Amino acid sequence: MNNTLSPRPRQPLFTPARLGVYFFLVSAALFFLLPLYVMGVTSIKPMTEIRLGNIFAFPLEVTFAPWARAWSSACTGLECRGISVGFWNSTRILIPSLVLSILLGSINGYALAYWRVRWAGWFFAILMLGAFIPYPVMLYPLVRMFAAVNLFQSIPNIVLIHTFFGMPIMTLVFRNYYASLPVELFKAARIDGGGFWRIYFQLMVPMSLPILVVALILQTTGIWNDFILGLIFAGRENYPMTVQLNNIINSTQGEKIYNVNMAATLLTSMVPLAVYFISGRWFVRGIAAGAVKG
Amino acid sequence: MSSLSIRGLEIVLGKTPVIEGLDLDIEEGEFVVLLGPSGCGKSTLLHSIAGLLDVDEGKVEIAGVDVTWADPKDRGIGMVFQSYALYPTMTVERNLSFGLRISGMPKVDIRKRVGDAARMLQLTELLQRKPAQLSGGQRQRVAIGRALVRKVKVFLLDEPLSNLDAKLRAELRRELKQLHHELGATMVYVTHDQVEAMTLATRMAVMRAGKIQQFDRPDEVYARPANMFVAGFLGSPSMNFVAGQLRLDSGRVAFDSAALKLDVSDYAFAAAPNDTQSVVLGVRPEHLRMVPPDAPHNARATLGLIEPMGANKIVWLDAPGARLALQTEPNVQLVSGAEVHLAMDPVHASLFDATTERRL
Repeated sequence: MNNTLSPRPRQPLFTPARLGVYFFLVSAALFFLLPLYVMGVTSIKPMTEIRLGNIFAFPLEVTFAPWARAWSSACTGLECRGISVGFWNSTRILIPSLVLSILLGSINGYALAYWRVRWAGWFFAILMLGAFIPYPVMLYPLVRMFAAVNLFQSIPNIVLIHTFFGMPIMTLVFRNYYASLPVELFKAARIDGGGFWRIYFQLMVPMSLPILVVALILQTTGIWNDFILGLIFAGRENYPMTVQLNNIINSTQGEKIYNVNMAATLLTSMVPLAVYFISGRWFVRGIAAGAVKG
Repeated sequence: MSSLSIRGLEIVLGKTPVIEGLDLDIEEGEFVVLLGPSGCGKSTLLHSIAGLLDVDEGKVEIAGVDVTWADPKDRGIGMVFQSYALYPTMTVERNLSFGLRISGMPKVDIRKRVGDAARMLQLTELLQRKPAQLSGGQRQRVAIGRALVRKVKVFLLDEPLSNLDAKLRAELRRELKQLHHELGATMVYVTHDQVEAMTLATRMAVMRAGKIQQFDRPDEVYARPANMFVAGFLGSPSMNFVAGQLRLDSGRVAFDSAALKLDVSDYAFAAAPNDTQSVVLGVRPEHLRMVPPDAPHNARATLGLIEPMGANKIVWLDAPGARLALQTEPNVQLVSGAEVHLAMDPVHASLFDATTERRL
């Protein structure tokens, strides 16, 4: 008897429906990639070429001078130290803000998900309400409050601001994640004698990797892309990259240096882009596999 | 001294009382099974013993110590959950030692205890594995081991076998019974599976709507159920019920109904029976038998469905006003629709009051 598998019938490569799908996908990709392409090619053209006005043309002469200038010597007002200053400022703001907001958010979420906190429902509702109040309403009171304790316009100021504004979403994200874990794990740890902190650090944190990545992406993009909070609370010495970028683009003498501006903009968006690319593969991963059922 | 004692326990979840005025005394070394349908409060009772649920009224004592408000870890209990609840990021060894490490026990002692428990549960080879790399049965053993290493006074098991397939379940049931023999520890086991209850329990408590209906040895509960709920819950197919009346005639007591008549003079009545008292007679399918037409009989019925079970046959019979199940030998030849005569021994009869449903 012949047991070999009969060949799978070949799907035709091009049917009208397939063509329609490809057409849509390609045009959508072009729509989003075209501006990026223009930015990319403009940033490596010399100004003489840009003046010709062919914005879609590939550069005849490739130069990385605009990138170097954007990074180290572009002028923000009177100072000409490039956007690198902003990059390091943003990094100094980002790292403590990330650590603080994620740590506090996860502790909050853990407490709300597992411990019978009195008025937990109300507490959570108020926190969520905070997420829906527009920033500008809170700006002036916050300025006055930080001024009163002599923290206004400093790194601790902007770090605390990012931590506060990150609290509702971080709490929500972590609470929902912990609530989705089997509650019996928590009960077993309680019987084994675990207290609040031990269960958090030894049981919950190791299981939090997938949601940690989500929180990391959310907070990194949010904090890095922030403009208004950095402008108000960071102080002149600590302006983040976004504010520096705005200053570079707006402080023009004579002609607009499009290539340097494009390079500076691309540099500014590098960090969130890198975070997406690197952490993408960690995004969905069931770390709780094996905890329950057989 | 009893190992576990519960007095007047009341638990209210939200606004609904789940457990009302429950008393339970468990001796040391007993294997007590809490049996009941879903939502009868058996798991709630277990969680309140563990200290995972606050009680609203009453007292819980373990080994003579009032632990009603004690933290779970201070009660001397270990718990095995239905989902095993193994810590997924820790190896088997660290799962087993977690509680000991928290209590600050010296490392040498921890290693010895974990080693002993692993040997007893045949987990020595698996100590460095993560829970995800274990089979269902192995995970279940790790879950038991976690209670074992802590040398607890009372083991609480919350439907520990219900996630396993039928074959493995029977195997682990025997292992669990063996383990109980070796340890001699007190165990409280929650299940809705009557086979587990019958095979494992030294005593079983049948629960319904937050109340214990009967608390006795399994054979006693099976043979002399305290009420119609217990009678109907145990056994498969469940006990046959026939509604009828008692007739008192010159010192003899007889059960009379359209379907079945039986002399119950030797029945151990709790209170003296009355003439024309409305009662329900219960008889298990294995205690009904078919007899030849010329032999004395208690009932006549028509053969209905026949279910061959392999080891035996279940025969469904239509009698006037009642549907009866009868268990018979597998090789008896039967024809559906035939008229048969039935007989039963009054020793196997259970009589219940028709209104209170309690055993007479």
